[in-house]
Amino acid sequence: MEKKSVLERLHETQDKEKEKNYISEQKASELLKENSDSLSHIYGVATFYTMLSVKPRGRYIIRICRNLACHLENADSVAEELKNLLGIGFGETTTDGKFTLEESSCLGMCSVAPAMMINDEPYGNLTPEKVKDIIESLKAGSKK
Amino acid sequence: MKFFRTHILVSKDSKSMFAGAETVEKLLVEEIKKQGLGEEIKVISTGSIGFEGTGVTIAVYPDGIVYSPVTVSDIPEIVSEHLLKGRVVKRIAFPIKTSKMPSGVTFPEKVIGIQKRIVLKNVGFINPENIEEYIAQDGYSALAKSLCDMKPSDVISLITASELRGRGGAGYPTGLKWAAAAEVKGDCKYIICNADEGEPGTFKDREIMEGDPHTLLEGMAIAGYAVGASVGYIYIRGEYAISINRLNKAIEDARSYGLLGKNILGSGFDFEIEIKKGAGAYVCGEESALIESIEGSRGEPRKKPPYPVVSGLWAKPTVVNNVETLANVPRILENGAEWYKSLGTEGSRGTKLFSLMGDIKWKGVIEIPFGTPLSKIVMNIAGGLKNNAKLKAVILGGVSGYLIKPEELDIPVDFNSLARIEAGPGSGSIIVLDDSRDIVDIVKNIAEFFKHESCGKCTPCRIGTDQICEIIDRFFYDEGSEDDLNKLMRLSETMFQTSFCALGQTAPNILQQSLKKFRGDWERHFFKSE
Repeated sequence: MEKKSVLERLHETQDKEKEKNYISEQKASELLKENSDSLSHIYGVATFYTMLSVKPRGRYIIRICRNLACHLENADSVAEELKNLLGIGFGETTTDGKFTLEESSCLGMCSVAPAMMINDEPYGNLTPEKVKDIIESLKAGSKK
Repeated sequence: MKFFRTHILVSKDSKSMFAGAETVEKLLVEEIKKQGLGEEIKVISTGSIGFEGTGVTIAVYPDGIVYSPVTVSDIPEIVSEHLLKGRVVKRIAFPIKTSKMPSGVTFPEKVIGIQKRIVLKNVGFINPENIEEYIAQDGYSALAKSLCDMKPSDVISLITASELRGRGGAGYPTGLKWAAAAEVKGDCKYIICNADEGEPGTFKDREIMEGDPHTLLEGMAIAGYAVGASVGYIYIRGEYAISINRLNKAIEDARSYGLLGKNILGSGFDFEIEIKKGAGAYVCGEESALIESIEGSRGEPRKKPPYPVVSGLWAKPTVVNNVETLANVPRILENGAEWYKSLGTEGSRGTKLFSLMGDIKWKGVIEIPFGTPLSKIVMNIAGGLKNNAKLKAVILGGVSGYLIKPEELDIPVDFNSLARIEAGPGSGSIIVLDDSRDIVDIVKNIAEFFKHESCGKCTPCRIGTDQICEIIDRFFYDEGSEDDLNKLMRLSETMFQTSFCALGQTAPNILQQSLKKFRGDWERHFFKSE
């Protein structure tokens, strides 16, 4: 087996940042010593993949699917409700640092569209009402 | 071994977890204990049995009864009525064992009746996290047979004779690919399983990985033996958390049983499998971009040739196969090439997995022999359209696939028949649209997807996907024109001919076909001067 790649190290780095879910320049520089790549290469990799971020994000990353199967099942109304509930747009983080809202490509949950993921957990058959319940329980801290 | 008179299988795939599968399972176990049946009945978690979107599904064996959807409040009744007194709770029950199908059958009976579950034979039937259950279903016997009774070249001959074709979309003959990699000299070769299932509307590979991960591992080990590779990588989407966890557990178990690792079954053959996690990039489904990503770089496609079988991962000979392709391999080894060829049609042997969704009554993943008419899948297996609406179109093979009109619906789903209407099975996705849908809205959504996922390496794709979105937006605001349609046609042709990889070449597929097949929808959005 080969040594860990830059992408794997970036995954690890981000996973450790549980509160902010991102890769800081300082952490990226630490990879520099181990993997002897240029910082621009590391930045290039980190910004290529949608699951990685070089900007601080929230504790909960909400990824809502925007692709066809979900689009057909009114994902737009769910997305609008999320924006209203959180008071942020796509790519933004709430001021308390708790939630980041992101658009996502197909999550492979089409049979239960519209779907989203919050961190590693999938949610399906969403409606604006259900989304409200989910967000409220997360705000109250009753779910992990 | 302890004997239980009844087994209850609870589908615990990603699409039933959020619906409360975990809670249902927990309460079921508690209720069974409470009613004094703990010594007689065993509850087992499995993968998806095929029908999804309704809620939590459980199956009772040997009775052959499926309950779906099961809610927490149904549990005491199921336990006291069915498990204790032997009376089926008809309200939420469907029998599994019907082979003949009288009129008026329910959907789950059809799902199970029409399907030919070869690849999925264990999915929804065994506990994916228990290697012994897999072994009890003849698991790893195909690997044992290859290692003990066959030379690597025999394995390749068998796969070639079975006429197995790749299930990722291109349909390249698997035997030929393996033979090409086997021919290249060198000790260091790789098997890569492409589990970067990212085509919108496709979720069939996840069904295998969540429901029967060992089948995939066994297929990879056989591929490794055949081509002379001792390391395999599963490149899987970072979003597929449950698949990743179950595969990791399966790899660990297989290793501790000596079915992976050094000197497997005393044959002298070594094979290791490692998971490589993607990070959200559709283009990484393209094999050379996938290889770049495993190496840790940006997932930008490479120039071909050289093809990966000659120079792939770290410039070594590499076989890249789709999950479903590899999951077919143990079955072929077990049952032989002639048996395999008896399924499907000329040029398309075996079965094919499809994920069904859109404006249909029943959604989920099905497995059918190649050659099944598309109309039968849509009207019969999927239960027809919701609210008995009229069919407008079927998108076959994902959003980079094909747009099928209602009059083409009787086409058998296999490579040769579909080629006659310039289509193919693609990624194995079927999205059904009813006649309330506006094709322009559909194409707009698809175009935005490709604009987002273009990797930016080549100009036709980077600029083309952006320009297409801009022009489609004019139609969205009813400001389109004949001239715009001509521009869209020219742009899609340019992208098709000049894009660097399959992403850019197939991105305009649905757009182009919609311009030919549903021009009226576009013209309705022309600018009107009054």
